[in-house]
Amino acid sequence: MAETAEMIEVLICTGTGGIASGSLVVADAFQAEFDKHGVEAKIGKRCSIKKTGCRGLCANDVLVDIVMPGQAAVTYDFVTAELVPQIVEEHILGNEAVAKKVAGAYYEKFLEKQQRIIFSRCGTIDAESIDEFIAHKGFTGIKKAVTMTQDQVIEEVKKSGLRGRGGGGFPTGVKWSFCKATPGTEKYLICNADEGDPGAFMDRSVLEGDPYGLIEGMMIGAYAIGCTFGYVYCRAEYPLAIKRLQKAIDTCYEKGILGKNCMGLGFDFDMRIKAGAGAFVCGEETALMASIEGQRGMSRPRPPFPAVRGLWGKPTNINNVETFANVAYIFYNGADWYASIGTEGTKGTKIFALTGKVKHTGLVEVPAGTTMREVIYDVCGGILNNRKFKAVQAGGPSGGCLPGEAIDAQVDYDSLIKAGAMMGSGGLVVMDETTCMVDIARFFLNFTRVESCGKCIPCRIGLKIMLEILERITEGKGQEGDIELLQDMAYDIKKSSLCGLGQTAPNPVLSTIRYFRNEYEAHIKEKECPSHSCKPLLHFEVIESACKKCGLCYKICPVDAIRWEKGGIATIDKEKCTQCTSCYDACRFMAIE
Amino acid sequence: MSNAAEQVEQEEIDLTGANQVIDKYLDMHGALMPVLQEIQEVYGYVPEPCVHLVAERLNVYSSQIYGVLTFYAQFHLEPRGKYIVRVCMGTACHVKGAGRIGDTLKDRLGVGHAETTEDLKFTAEYVACIGACGMAPVIMVNDATYGSMTVNKMNEVIDKYVKMD
Repeated sequence: MAETAEMIEVLICTGTGGIASGSLVVADAFQAEFDKHGVEAKIGKRCSIKKTGCRGLCANDVLVDIVMPGQAAVTYDFVTAELVPQIVEEHILGNEAVAKKVAGAYYEKFLEKQQRIIFSRCGTIDAESIDEFIAHKGFTGIKKAVTMTQDQVIEEVKKSGLRGRGGGGFPTGVKWSFCKATPGTEKYLICNADEGDPGAFMDRSVLEGDPYGLIEGMMIGAYAIGCTFGYVYCRAEYPLAIKRLQKAIDTCYEKGILGKNCMGLGFDFDMRIKAGAGAFVCGEETALMASIEGQRGMSRPRPPFPAVRGLWGKPTNINNVETFANVAYIFYNGADWYASIGTEGTKGTKIFALTGKVKHTGLVEVPAGTTMREVIYDVCGGILNNRKFKAVQAGGPSGGCLPGEAIDAQVDYDSLIKAGAMMGSGGLVVMDETTCMVDIARFFLNFTRVESCGKCIPCRIGLKIMLEILERITEGKGQEGDIELLQDMAYDIKKSSLCGLGQTAPNPVLSTIRYFRNEYEAHIKEKECPSHSCKPLLHFEVIESACKKCGLCYKICPVDAIRWEKGGIATIDKEKCTQCTSCYDACRFMAIE
Repeated sequence: MSNAAEQVEQEEIDLTGANQVIDKYLDMHGALMPVLQEIQEVYGYVPEPCVHLVAERLNVYSSQIYGVLTFYAQFHLEPRGKYIVRVCMGTACHVKGAGRIGDTLKDRLGVGHAETTEDLKFTAEYVACIGACGMAPVIMVNDATYGSMTVNKMNEVIDKYVKMD
């Protein structure tokens, strides 16, 4: 490895986000430049182009790190193929960074408050290389685990305080002990990589950026529980994640890491990917198992719990991707180290997917207990277009919307539930003053209604009726008493639904009523949408006193309905206007009403 | 559908591909979904004769297969367009204006969710979330992802594919 020390490295983001922004083209451009300049001849074969996973800052892709021997890495953002020759010439050959293109101060700030543990390999190592994984502590966790008894491994996980990262937050070690305690030799281990939550994509990022880390976590779990067969149930919408994980599994089989007598450590473990087929309810464990068995993904009542009667009637343990990724690190560094991070009730770090009206969207890994304000303002740079923060939706369709007053809530399981939301899988969708909260409630209910498996009546019919009421309100046809009716129905559906989907589906409605009741009332009583977002209630006009004559609205309007000349106030042609709200969103001065 | 019509359709479809897929999975526990998924990869959708073939060879009722096919969003029982345009309707995309991106697509192609243009060139789909929320609003055309969409950009993308064969 002596040679590596002097290696020039080019690290390019090639997660889904990176590829969508053109990172493969950029990688090719680097290769072409190296060939052209004979960089290879000059420095031998020491220049490698690594394809890494996600760096978390998807909004600024393509991100490229240039690591020169003996120097700190320099990060470039928004790299395009056209820029590559300049970077190679000035930076790699001339040894002087292209100052104008280096990522600004925000990039350091983005990383500063984060504690990247689960992500420590993502974006650093070549996701497809098992050697690099091994060079970065890979498989040392499982090797340590097998020196302990099964019970000791479970004890270690309990001691670490790890709670399931899939949403519920059930202590992982306790869950494992249930499955281990069930008699029987044929048991299954399932990794839930379904990630159906709109607004969450951390599992995808782990699968794409550190697939071996997941395999290792699953191996530790399998050893502890005594499972010999594992499934990764992955969303079929994640083609790259499936491809990379499949490649990692194949490599592990070739090298004898999976299969009979794994790595010579004395236990057997086989694993396989099962691609989902587009049903949100399959993230619920009993529905997920039905789906693996080849049936409609419908949930069934519990008990019996999967740990007793799971996949094909056998004891089964299900954990989320991030949970397994955490397990590997607990065994690298010890339970005490892990338990030292985070808060009393929530240990370790949590990955959040920050999206919506926030400046730097992307994936953020912070110690549990960081406040929402720190995550949104310090890490992600605050609200887009310097607008006012209105709410953050935490926990996807099962969670709730937290208003400005709750922004100082800590991000851990208990504080979020107290505030009326939940951690869920960790999606945080930030909303500003242009987002209508009634519309958001309608949006989530529409989603959960479509995704309901239809097995039990409260969920199937109840959600439909709630949705109709919300649609009526957003169309300006709300009636007196609608809010109370919605609340009543929400409580009933929560109480009587069979599975997590129905039990949590009304949450967004309840939390928006709790914090934004005035918006509901404005829709119902004044037939107005205070955020100017509900189309049937809109009439667009430029507020002359606020217009800064910048012409942004003119440029964005897709139907040429805006008249504007340089230095003049814009006007809207109401005949042509399709009320698409493009101009309203684009205006930075709230000059369109 | 009458028997005659069924026959015609069965003659039109070459079942070799489907048989090969089934061969691979014959001994697997829970083979139904992977088989259907791969058959869909071969044909672009799951043709009716394939359903009967799978029923026979995997020894499951056709009704159960249809139960699965109609439950999951990803299975299609009709031929689909060459270019599948997926508009993400996830929360992040919704907040950032996915609605008008979807409207634009509908205006341009004249087809709604899960519908295919008559020339079999485009299929429009509004999907729950494609996991690229950092670049919302997002669309996908087949395997290519396009982020930070605006109405104008959407039009450009569609133009590009309209010009392609």
